[in-house]
Amino acid sequence: MSEYRYVGRKRRTKEDRRFITGLGRYVADVTLPGMSHVALVLSPHPAARIGAIDTAAALALPGVQAVVTGAEIARHTNPILHGLALPGVRWYPLAVGQVRYVGEWVVAVVAASRHIAEDAAELVRVDYEPMAWVGDPEAALAPGAPLVHPDHGSNLFYRRTFVWGDVAGDFAKAHHRLASKVYWGRSATVPIETFGVVANWNRGNDLLDVWASIQMPKYPDQMAHCLRLPLNAIRVHYDVDVGGSYGVKRGIKHSVLVGYLARKLLMPVRLIEDRLENMVGGDMHGPDRRFDVTLAFDADGLIRSMKMRALDDIGCYPGRSPLQLAKPVGAIVGPYRIQSVEYEAVAVATNKTSQVAVRGFGQAPTNYAIETAIDRVAAHLGMDRLAVRRRNFIQSHEFPYRIPSGTDYDSGDYDAVLTKTVARAKLEALIARRDALRAEGRLAGIGFATCLEPSGGNGAFEPLFNPANDTTTWMESCQVKVDALGGVTATIATSTAGQGHQTLVATVTGEELGFDPDCIRVVHADSLQALPGNSPVASRMAIMLGGAAAGAARQIKERVLAIAAHNLQRPVDRLVYREGAVFDLDNELRTLNWAELVRIAHRKYHQMPPGMEPGLQASYVWEVPKGGTMPTADGRVQMYPCYSFECHIALVEIDRGTGQVAIRDWFMGHDCGTVINPDIVHGMSYGGIAHGIGAALYEEFAYDENGQLVAGSFVDYLLPSVHEIPEIALVDHCTPSPLTPMGQKGSGESGYLGAPAAVASAVNDALSPLGITIDRLPMHPSRIEQALADKRADMGEREGP
Amino acid sequence: MNRQAVRLTVNGKPWHGEVPTRLTLVDCLREEVGLTGTHVGCEHGVCGACSVLLDGEPVRSCLMFAVQADGRAITTVEGLAAPDGALSPLQDAFWECHALQCGYCTPGMLIAAHALIARNPAPSDGDIREALAGNLCRCTGYQQIVDAVRLARRRMGEVPP
Ligand code: FES
Ligand code: FES
Repeated sequence: MSEYRYVGRKRRTKEDRRFITGLGRYVADVTLPGMSHVALVLSPHPAARIGAIDTAAALALPGVQAVVTGAEIARHTNPILHGLALPGVRWYPLAVGQVRYVGEWVVAVVAASRHIAEDAAELVRVDYEPMAWVGDPEAALAPGAPLVHPDHGSNLFYRRTFVWGDVAGDFAKAHHRLASKVYWGRSATVPIETFGVVANWNRGNDLLDVWASIQMPKYPDQMAHCLRLPLNAIRVHYDVDVGGSYGVKRGIKHSVLVGYLARKLLMPVRLIEDRLENMVGGDMHGPDRRFDVTLAFDADGLIRSMKMRALDDIGCYPGRSPLQLAKPVGAIVGPYRIQSVEYEAVAVATNKTSQVAVRGFGQAPTNYAIETAIDRVAAHLGMDRLAVRRRNFIQSHEFPYRIPSGTDYDSGDYDAVLTKTVARAKLEALIARRDALRAEGRLAGIGFATCLEPSGGNGAFEPLFNPANDTTTWMESCQVKVDALGGVTATIATSTAGQGHQTLVATVTGEELGFDPDCIRVVHADSLQALPGNSPVASRMAIMLGGAAAGAARQIKERVLAIAAHNLQRPVDRLVYREGAVFDLDNELRTLNWAELVRIAHRKYHQMPPGMEPGLQASYVWEVPKGGTMPTADGRVQMYPCYSFECHIALVEIDRGTGQVAIRDWFMGHDCGTVINPDIVHGMSYGGIAHGIGAALYEEFAYDENGQLVAGSFVDYLLPSVHEIPEIALVDHCTPSPLTPMGQKGSGESGYLGAPAAVASAVNDALSPLGITIDRLPMHPSRIEQALADKRADMGEREGP
Repeated sequence: MNRQAVRLTVNGKPWHGEVPTRLTLVDCLREEVGLTGTHVGCEHGVCGACSVLLDGEPVRSCLMFAVQADGRAITTVEGLAAPDGALSPLQDAFWECHALQCGYCTPGMLIAAHALIARNPAPSDGDIREALAGNLCRCTGYQQIVDAVRLARRRMGEVPP
């Protein structure tokens, strides 16, 4: 039985009620009197010099307030910051001088309604002089390739080879070496709500008010930098409900543009992307990666060493993307005891829309590459795929476990979680089912994946890839205030995109104070009121916001105990706090209840301990556990603090005619330490698996030979519906983290980090009797169908007429 | 710009106004009627976030013009609870099962589920999945949504003692 009263119990969330009644408040629901609307003119070319821009017809349309070009923006704003120092790469909300991808924003039109703005956008005439462009990252690296940013002089944005441990020695010792190549196609999280932002320049106070559908660390800081404003001249309202993000809702160029327009026009301005603007030019695509992985291993399946090369097509502006190659350094060996690693990370610019953070920040593709390589070792040795994994698992007694790249994993019991999941899946019976299907001539396969979810997010990847960046502080904060009538209100410094932060903070605060979480109010500060924080990225809020809330609540308890000690004339260590009241351990009748304590704090200064601040409030700012260290010269670093584990077992069947993959069964074992709210954690896992199935089978931002995005709508970019997602069985396990107040770890990326690998494993198992391997995600039905057809043709040829 | 008079009954209350002929029903509901519970996800008829009941039938309000709904009765998510604010059994089951995260698809999901229960009070699991298949959710993987509809089905089937 859990030691907790509220933590880990099934409880209704605090947020859901407003959403089921239609009372959420998203950015598109924010309307201000006299608000104007933005529409955009998009580049039709993958690369072209911008000549004359004729805005006269657009400006003449009644209701149009302004037509703004990149040249104007560049005069009045600073380029958007990106993670690397890249001379000559200047990123502005609107293209300046040349366009670099199809969909890039060229001109912004502001009008009294979105309809008028769109009409006017169609009247803008832009002269383009098409330039040579490059869409393939390998071609972009070739000498003489067209340059995406001519002023930078190269399409190579980042390359470094890290060597951790004795790779050469371990490779020499190993009995076998096996190379594999896999490709992770370009997809993203694609929330159902597009990005939107509303800004208003408050002239009376010289203050820019911003409402945005945002999930981004240091968002106000970046706006201040770009708009050349003091940080305290920007007020971001974090109480806007965000309609899904899972990493991508960065919208920095949107926000700089709208902030600039609001200040220029002295009127509220709003930009809500339509779906096409979002897909082609929202700068929200995810990793697009080619991996070469070579494992060195022994005949018994022991993996000694790994070489991995990851080449990422990051599109046109760096944004957060090269850094998505850095974060996986903290879990570069997955759950395995691999002793040495060589990792070459290469980020290449091409004429495509930019990448942004996607759920897991690069870890899901890396996990897919590792897991595929492990499956191939098993096939090579004729070993069971799970046996190879178990042979290499870090064991529960080995934690904290330092991996070759310098990160300590906090805790885990991978073997136990896998064993539990195998039992729940009745793996023997599942295999029998697969084999029975095969006996009927069907293509059936079982997939496995055993992966880690790094959580608790610090930004250690930034100094790792950019020595000029020495940020090691990744705090989160919470204020808890007890009002004069004893009510408790917690204030948090972030917006929420479905993660349930109000429930999280109420549950943790309630647990600490012994109050029903339903009675605790949780509000979102705006960025000027807020204590410092880093937003809900990197599966960090259960850890960091939960930790901050616990810290603040504990301070409240300490204060209450001090007040009681003073009034009961007893030493603090002879007193105990229970559900708001303080009891004397030596005399249970001597007690002060919550109302009395609160009244003393708020009203009776004469009864307060000398020197104590009046009222009853606390703030807690918590640095990420194990944070505060810089990488070593050879690139070893403590990446995220906490490591959740997930293992997937999936049964799939492939239609021989169409190549359609039907998922028959799915089991996921999950250990994210102490769970605060089980429904929330389970929901994220289900959603993560569904997203992973999408990335593995359907979703792709494909570009054609003319550099045009061919998936600009939900008709060509296929999000899985309820038909494609099976009933999923989750198997919970808890290995508490020693680093967090309640033993919690992160779970916001769960499911997604292993599901694509598991799908690939299952599809390849299904195709293995035919000798077909597919090494490219997404495994579109058409791709599988093609492989099957090729095989048939091949067999036909060999058998002869 | 052409404008035209429109009369609607929205959640049981009459509404009339003069709107641009090209105004979609969803924009009309959100901007003119002032009910922002109905959401816009794609504006091309795929995601279902904009679903409303039109004379009891679920429709995508991004795919029709407000003027086409003239004289019709519309139910939006704001109209699903009882007039006294009591949640509908489906709304309550959505809350109980945490059938949502960000809540953006939720109004459309609830509309689809209400339409299902209205025409088939005892749907099979297959019926439930079929009824929700036109609505995309990116947060939940659908499982807790399906669970919620099942729970509501069970509760509504229970005969009060
Ligand atoms: S907004 Fe109507 S179906 Fe997507
Ligand atoms: S709850 Fe977020 S899209 Fe469904």
